[in-house]
Amino acid sequence: MPRKDPPTSCIELLQGTLDFIILQTLRWGPRHGYGIVQMIRAQSRDTLQVETGSLYPALQRLVRQGAIAAEWGTSDNDRRVRTYRLTAKGRTRLAAERSKWEQLSDAIAGLMQPPAVGET
Amino acid sequence: MSLLEWLPWVRERRTRELADELRTHLEMAESDRIARGESPSDAAANARREFGNVGLVQEIARDRWAGMSLERLVQDVRIALRMLRRSPGFATVAVLTIAVGIGATTAIFSVVDATLLHPLPYPHPEQLVRIRDDLRGVGAEDVGMSTPEWQDLQRSGVFEYVSPTWFDDNNLTGLSRPQRVGILSVAPNYFALLGVKAQLGTTFDPADPAPGYNEQIVISDGVWRRAFGGDPKILGRVVQLDSDSYHIIGVMPPGFQAPGRTKEERSTEVWPAFGFVGAPVTTWSQLRSNHFPGAIARITSGLTIADAQQRIDALVASLQRQYPADYPPRSEWTIRLIPLKENIVGDVRQSLLFLFGAVGLVLLIGCVNVANLLLARASARGREMAVRQALGGAPSRLTRQLLTESVVLSVLGGIVGVAILFAAKGSLVRLVPASLPRINEITISWGVLFVAFGISLVAGALFGLAPALHVRRLDITRVLKLEGRGSTGSGEQARTRRLLVVAEFALSLVLMIAATLLLRSFWDLMHAPLGFDPQRVMMIRTRLPYPNDPKEDLYATAADEAPFVHEVLRRLRTLPGVEEAALGSSSSVPLNHPEQDQNVLRVVLENHAGDEPLFVTGAAVVPGYFHLLGIPLLRGRLLAEADNDRSPLVAVINETMARTYWPNEDPLGKRIKLSTRAPAWTTVVGVVADARTEARDRGVPVLYASIYQRSTKHLAIFLRGRFTPATITRQVREQVQSVNSALPVFGEATLDETVSASLAVRRLSMELIALFALTALLLASLGIYGVISYMVSERTHEIGVRLALGAQRADVMAMVLRQGLRLALTGAVAGLAGALVVSHMMSSLLYGVSPTDPLSFGVVAAALTAVALAACYVPARRAVRVDPIVALRY
Repeated sequence: MPRKDPPTSCIELLQGTLDFIILQTLRWGPRHGYGIVQMIRAQSRDTLQVETGSLYPALQRLVRQGAIAAEWGTSDNDRRVRTYRLTAKGRTRLAAERSKWEQLSDAIAGLMQPPAVGET
Repeated sequence: MSLLEWLPWVRERRTRELADELRTHLEMAESDRIARGESPSDAAANARREFGNVGLVQEIARDRWAGMSLERLVQDVRIALRMLRRSPGFATVAVLTIAVGIGATTAIFSVVDATLLHPLPYPHPEQLVRIRDDLRGVGAEDVGMSTPEWQDLQRSGVFEYVSPTWFDDNNLTGLSRPQRVGILSVAPNYFALLGVKAQLGTTFDPADPAPGYNEQIVISDGVWRRAFGGDPKILGRVVQLDSDSYHIIGVMPPGFQAPGRTKEERSTEVWPAFGFVGAPVTTWSQLRSNHFPGAIARITSGLTIADAQQRIDALVASLQRQYPADYPPRSEWTIRLIPLKENIVGDVRQSLLFLFGAVGLVLLIGCVNVANLLLARASARGREMAVRQALGGAPSRLTRQLLTESVVLSVLGGIVGVAILFAAKGSLVRLVPASLPRINEITISWGVLFVAFGISLVAGALFGLAPALHVRRLDITRVLKLEGRGSTGSGEQARTRRLLVVAEFALSLVLMIAATLLLRSFWDLMHAPLGFDPQRVMMIRTRLPYPNDPKEDLYATAADEAPFVHEVLRRLRTLPGVEEAALGSSSSVPLNHPEQDQNVLRVVLENHAGDEPLFVTGAAVVPGYFHLLGIPLLRGRLLAEADNDRSPLVAVINETMARTYWPNEDPLGKRIKLSTRAPAWTTVVGVVADARTEARDRGVPVLYASIYQRSTKHLAIFLRGRFTPATITRQVREQVQSVNSALPVFGEATLDETVSASLAVRRLSMELIALFALTALLLASLGIYGVISYMVSERTHEIGVRLALGAQRADVMAMVLRQGLRLALTGAVAGLAGALVVSHMMSSLLYGVSPTDPLSFGVVAAALTAVALAACYVPARRAVRVDPIVALRY
């Protein structure tokens, strides 16, 4: 039985963002959960800290949606780990989210500018 | 996604994998920290802190999998049960309310199921019909069928089989004591038509060509056990029915019942096969005007009832052209094919559906009440819900959980209700009048239980909806700000609750008005003048034999029968305690005619213009009958001992007959023939007052002939005096059998019992409706009490302010009562409209009271309002007692 995700609230926006960030991270190659956390932290210069309590549910959800695929493998130091990689569907979705994100950040950047004189 | 995800071991493996993954994550974080120089113990602690609650993470992650709904359902049910255990008072009230509703609905449904829904227990029951002849032009229904008509139908090709059915009492002799049995004379094809086989022996050969009785009988399981002790060697045994010998060829299985319209016919014990053309009806059967009571048929397979009806209509039209003398156009002869089931169920259908509707209303009111309770609880739990939402509980999840709670409540209610029903089954079945058709088929079957479960689910969803939706609209911030106050009654919610109470009132009013109308009908019927005095009268039956060969008939004519009647009367008068004794035909028995035949006479009036058939109920009585029953003479004279077979034929008629047939004339001296072929005229010599002996609710034309002039085989003995019923029956049996030892004596009843039994079905449905209406009233007043006391507690602060500012306590009380009154009145207006619709639908169940009876409507509406005010009085008192000082501290 397909389960519907909870309807809109402020959490939804965060989830959307997290999904986007995860997909973006996996763009550079397959990675396991811990690796994703590390990468996000490093890339965002410690600004973004992803809660594991959000990460793993998000990963499960993305797998279900078919945006990423999971497989078991071994890590550099011989640990059995589950790594995630982007699927074709995930790439399409990433492209869409990316352009949405760019629009949003452009818009917010615009709002940061002082307003032009005479418009008030 | 995939179905595999539902398999437990797949889920287990996935859970294990997730745990592995999370553990690896922790280990990697730990070793990174060690690599950065943290001590191993710090690293472990920090990594774990950073990670958070492993179990929670795991659970949330698992939430994303498919098939969680089932697990969540189990969890929700468990939470719901825990919540209910925590508020046992609320749970008990709610569960009991629903239990009463569902228990009662299930009980009525089990009766509806057995009588109306279940197919008859014969193969292809949809092909079975009863053939009913009506003479619409003269308002005569079910007049019976003649042998030539039967033969026409059999040749029509519409039916596979057509069998006349002719019920009669009979005397089964050749046993230790003569037994009275119900016999159903049928065509030899009867059992083949129904498609049933004997449990022992065989049934008749459907092609048996014997013109008269073929001297074979099939007996019921009941009489086989009762009269023959279940003798396995019974086949071939010879018994006497009315001194004619028959041999038993088969015993029907235990559950088999003749699909008859009356209780008597359904309890048929002996089936003789009859050709309907030979003795004793040899001459009779040639005529189209002589009718046996009716027939059943199996339609040729492939034809629907509508097809068959169409072809029969055409046949009727051609017969009318062919025999214009037998079928005068004004009588509008029609043949109707009625599904056999409908014929058995008959007029019970309407009463049953009405009861089912009423009990459904009670259930609905119960649901509304529980919805109200739940809403009150929801506002009490508003804070809990707000906190849960603030902590991340999804509103959809909370909604679902609340719905689960209400469904759990109603399923519990359903279980309790059905359990009560099972416990009370025995005593409930005894309540059902024995005249109800298919009564032995009533069971609480799996189907009935399934329906009860379905009703529970729907009811739960219904009353759970309002509080569940309420959660979605909860204003968390506002609720959380109301510190210390548990309650969150929003305006919208209060509106919903008021609406529910109004609905409850409207529904209760509908039920109460229906109950009041029925009660008044019943009251009027019970107090309608009977026209006879049933007190201290005992009625016992006997039956004279009716042999197939008329030459063997000891009582063929009135002259033959008169000595028997005189002798029996003489002996009865000597019995201790007997003051008066009389004899009459079965049609002279008030309100209890098991035989449907021969009571209605088609009469011919002298000098009557018009060829339409005229019908009256004919009774044959001894002269003392009128005095014994207290039926007063209005004009002319009563029957006399001197009116006998040697004197001119005379009759006494009742007022209704006088009014119907001689509207503006003196009926005395008028002459009529008691059948279309009667050789002699009968003169009307007297008019007596109407006695409601035929039907309780209307006068029927009745003609009384002297038993010394008009013989009858079905005799009723009437005794007035002081005696004990059991002793007198034995004494009467001795006396009757000392005159003729072959006569059965049976059917003893006091007239008082007969009179009250004639209203049994009405009484039961009236009592049930009254019970339902009282339940509804109770629930509705609980509802309004709940809403008003909630309102008072909500407004305690406001009331305190008002009182502090100098409001009079009487004003406060009036304010509260006004609120309740407004709800009750709104409900009453809506209910009156509904009641008008319902009362018109039930108009055929009413007697002597109009469906719009203003008195009933007014009194019930006023009573309901009064009850509402009384229910509001308690909270109003509480409002008045508010101490301003205490109230203002809130």
